[in-house]
Order: sequence, then C-alpha cells, then structure tokens
Amino acid sequence: MSKRIKELLSQPGRTFNADELSALAAYFRTVMFDTLHDRGTGHWGGAASSAELTTALYFNRLSIDPANPRWEDRDRVILSKGHASMNLYTILAHRGFFPVEELSSFRKLDSRLQGHPCMNELPGVDMSTGALGHGLSVGLGMALAARLSKKSWWTYVISGEGCLNEGQSWEAIMSAAKYKPEHFVLMIDYNKVQLDGTEDEIMPLGPLADKLKAFGWNVAPQAYNGHDTKEILDSFAWMDSDDVWPKAVIYDTIKGKGVSFTEGKNTWHGAVIDDASYAKGIEELKSDLSKKEAAL
Amino acid sequence: MSIAMRDAFGKKLAELGATHPELVVLDADVSSSTKSALFGKAFPDRFFNVGVAEANMVDIAAGMATAGYHPVVNAFAIFLALKATDQIRNTICYNNLPVIIAGAYGGLSDSFDGASHQSITDIAIMRALPNMQVIVPSDSAQAEKALEYALTQKGPVYIRLNRNAMPDLPPSETIGTVCAVEGSDVTIAANGITASFAMEAAALLAKEGITAEVLSVPVVKPFDPAPIIKSVAKTGKLLCTEEHVLAGGFSSAVSEVFMKQGISCKFDAVGIEDTFTESGPYEPLLAKYGISAENIANRARALCK
Repeated sequence: MSKRIKELLSQPGRTFNADELSALAAYFRTVMFDTLHDRGTGHWGGAASSAELTTALYFNRLSIDPANPRWEDRDRVILSKGHASMNLYTILAHRGFFPVEELSSFRKLDSRLQGHPCMNELPGVDMSTGALGHGLSVGLGMALAARLSKKSWWTYVISGEGCLNEGQSWEAIMSAAKYKPEHFVLMIDYNKVQLDGTEDEIMPLGPLADKLKAFGWNVAPQAYNGHDTKEILDSFAWMDSDDVWPKAVIYDTIKGKGVSFTEGKNTWHGAVIDDASYAKGIEELKSDLSKKEAAL
Repeated sequence: MSIAMRDAFGKKLAELGATHPELVVLDADVSSSTKSALFGKAFPDRFFNVGVAEANMVDIAAGMATAGYHPVVNAFAIFLALKATDQIRNTICYNNLPVIIAGAYGGLSDSFDGASHQSITDIAIMRALPNMQVIVPSDSAQAEKALEYALTQKGPVYIRLNRNAMPDLPPSETIGTVCAVEGSDVTIAANGITASFAMEAAALLAKEGITAEVLSVPVVKPFDPAPIIKSVAKTGKLLCTEEHVLAGGFSSAVSEVFMKQGISCKFDAVGIEDTFTESGPYEPLLAKYGISAENIANRARALCK
C-alpha cells in the first residue's frame, strides 16, 4: 500500500471526493485481485464491476458506524448480487468493520468470510445474499420498517442482471411502487454480461429504464458511468434532488473492469485467477492505481 | 365442534396486535380466507397485502424482522412451502429471523379446490430447514397458543392451520404433547387434526376391549419424543397418524428417533400414501386417503393382533 492510500485509509469515515474515491477503488481492485488469486476461488468479474459503486457508497455517502455495526438508525446496503462478496468484504474491511488481514481467510473453513455474504457471521453485512433476486424484497421490508418506526435511514439495493432475471425482483418492483417507501434506492450494476454469456444472448433486459418507469419507479434521467466516481457522485445528488420514491439508478459498468483481458468476458464471472493471468492483470491494475494516485 | 382454526388464529392476531407493537402482518391476497384481514382492519398501518407474490412477501417480512419487527406471513400452506421455499430457507432460516410462517388451509382442508391447493408436503419441507420450528395445532385453542408461543421466539416458526371447523380436544395449558385418551394396549400418536379421529378410533376400539392411548402431538420440531416413548414402554405398539404424505413428515420424525434410540416396537403409520389427492367434501376426502376413525381403528387393531 502506498503512503498516499495509507493516508486516505487512516480516516475511513470522512467524506471522500471523486478523485480520492477513484484511487481507493483502484486500490481495492488490486486487493480483490490479489486475494482471489491467492485463494483460487471466488468471483472476479462482478466484484470488479461494482468496485466504484461500493467505494462511493461506503466512503462518501452512508451513515454507518463500524464500531456499532447493528446501529439501529444506520443506512442499510444489500448486495443482492452476493457473488461480488469479495468486493463487499474488501470495502467493509477497509472501512473498519473487521481487520483487513482477515480477507485472506475468504472461503476457508471456519472463516467469517463465507463464499457469499452472511449477516450473522460478518459485521457490516446487513443481509445475507447469494441466491439471486432476494435483495429488492428484503430491502423493501427494511424501508417499510423505517417508515413504521418513523426513522429516516436509507436502504440501498445493489443488483445486477442476474437479480433482474429473477421473477421475484419484479414482484418487489411492483410492490415497492405500491408502497413508495422513502429513501429506498435500487442501484443497478448494469454490466450486460451474465454467467453464460452476454445479456443479449441470455436474457435481454432492455429497455430497462423504460420498464422501471412503467412499473412506477422514479428512474434517474440518465444512466451514469459506474466507473466514473464524478458521475456516481452526480447520481447521489440526483437521489437527494426530490422526494419521489422508490428511486432507481442504472450504472453502465464493465464486468471484469480494470484488467483488459477480463473486461466484458462472461468466462471471468467466476473463473479462478491463474498465475499467468494474475501476473499480467496485477500490472495493469497497479498501473491504473498509480495514475489515479498521481491525479490526487 | 370448535370454531375453525383460521377464525381463531385471525382473531388472536388482531387481539395480540394491541399488546405487541412489534407485530406486523403480511398476506398474499388471501386475507379474507386466512382471516388476517381482521388484523388489517384493526391495525391498517401494520398490515401489508402484497398481492399474489408469496416469495416477495416472505422476504419483505425478513427485511422488517432485521429492524425489530415480528412479522406473521399468511398464505395457503402449499404456496408458502413451495413458492417461497427459497426465501424461507435462504433469508428467514439461514439468518434465523423471527418470522412466523402461518400456513393456512393445511393438509386436505381446502378440500373442494383439489390437489393444486392441498398441502401434503409442507411438514417435510419445513422440518428439514435448520432453525425452523414446526407446529401443527390439533384444534383452535392450540392454534392460538402456537401463535402466542411463536411470538416469544427469536427465530422462525411454521404454524400449519386448518381451514374447517373441527372437534375440540381436551384443553391443555401448553402446545406440547397431550394425552387425550389413556390406554395400555396400543399407542396412537396423532399429529394435527388427526388427533380427533384418533380419539374416535379409541372409542371404537374400546367397544372391542382394546384400550388405545391417544397422544395429540402438535410440535413436530423441536420434537420431544419422551411422552411417546413413555407410552410405548407400556403398550409396545405405536401407530402414528398425520394429514400429510408419509415420506418425511410426522411419522418419519417419530421413527427416526425410535431407530436412533434403539426402541423396538410394533409400528404403523396412517397418512397419505405416495399419491396426489383430489376434490371433495373434507371428511369423505380424508377418509378416502386413509384418515378416518375407522381406518385408524383398523390399523391399531391390526397392531394388536
């Protein structure tokens, strides 16, 4: 870890700006790539896809307290695409929920870092996920609980195409439009690549924004670049811009982002990062990190 | 004859709403059938009719349960157990969340609607799920007690409810096993509403000089085998009865414990064989698939030969 990144991470609770978030996300990608290579198991493609989204949420926006992970009034995040667990774990560790050294226990026996996130094992995980399509329903329940309790926490659900292939997601989308819970946001990590192939080959979702609008959601007027932290901060500003719920934001992303030969490749959904791929890939990620650090 | 379990359960939900601010109730467009509408009328802010979407309903309840609420989800037992199995397993049970799964129209009790609506595999499914407790009340009073008990629990509880007015059993203070009839020749361990048929069977057998001991056993999980073991020590014969397929349900639970503990006895089980059921009036339908006082008496008599 460079001196500059170390300095940033020494104050994990402050509100970081776009350049800092960008550098942090680039650093987290190197950690994820390292860990997944070391462990020889896990999902790189989807974790790389959501790296900026999760970094911006946890290092710019959320009202959370790592010292009190079950704080009643905290904002909630559900990583409905639970296979991106390495992304969530990397963020939570560096945000102070558990020691960074514990990342190396990922998917080992007795580890708190289960293959997919488990809320009763690991501090900071608001909902266990893994089976796709649950996040929106559970998030709706959390948002309705906020309303019932007269609390104002936000509930964010991060979904990918896989989640939106599941019929349950559309049940939840319909019912959220009925109840219109305040501070309920669907963030779609729209990388257009699934496990078996591209979205077009497997299950076309478009026109996604129009579908969500037709279902009664307040959809952001543009799709944001989910790897551009300035655009992600713009999307946060849009979330705060009116009081019409529920809200959905589509982020255009790239599966396997950051390593040229994994980008947009469905085969890198859950492939093991072999030594040769690691050697090539880590150089690209480090070079990207250097550029982003230099821009600080 | 008691009031139907669903009426008793619905009234109890509405009553408990006043003293349990954490109680929230969800239904999947069958609240006038499950009677959860009574709660909805009394506490509209804490009642959520989410439409015909059982999977969504269960996960919404899970989200509420993470934030201090104690939800009761209502729908037909077959649809909860089969359309929301993933949600009950992966969200409710895996996270050990306090959600009460109220399976209405259990067993064959939605008799006229036919096989598509008859829940004959729910107990097997629910009892296989870690952290889940499974209660099959035998009458309305037990259904109310089961709800009160479930509200004291920190994890999930499945309560299987019956649609129709069925006979009352001898009153009991607990939801545990009740000895409904004392006897020494054969033990009949009856789950759910089959207990009332078992009591009738005991009366038939008594005329022939056979004294059957009838145990009403509503709690399938966690299963307490002690009262059955104690009775079988006396009788040496055990007949289990249930309104469910014989694979994986109550009789299976009993025989697993007996085998593991090395308890030897003459054994038989009355329940639905490996078959789908059909439409018809409730009691004749039950009888066609083996659940009747006469058939229970016949099978108990055979054990005594």
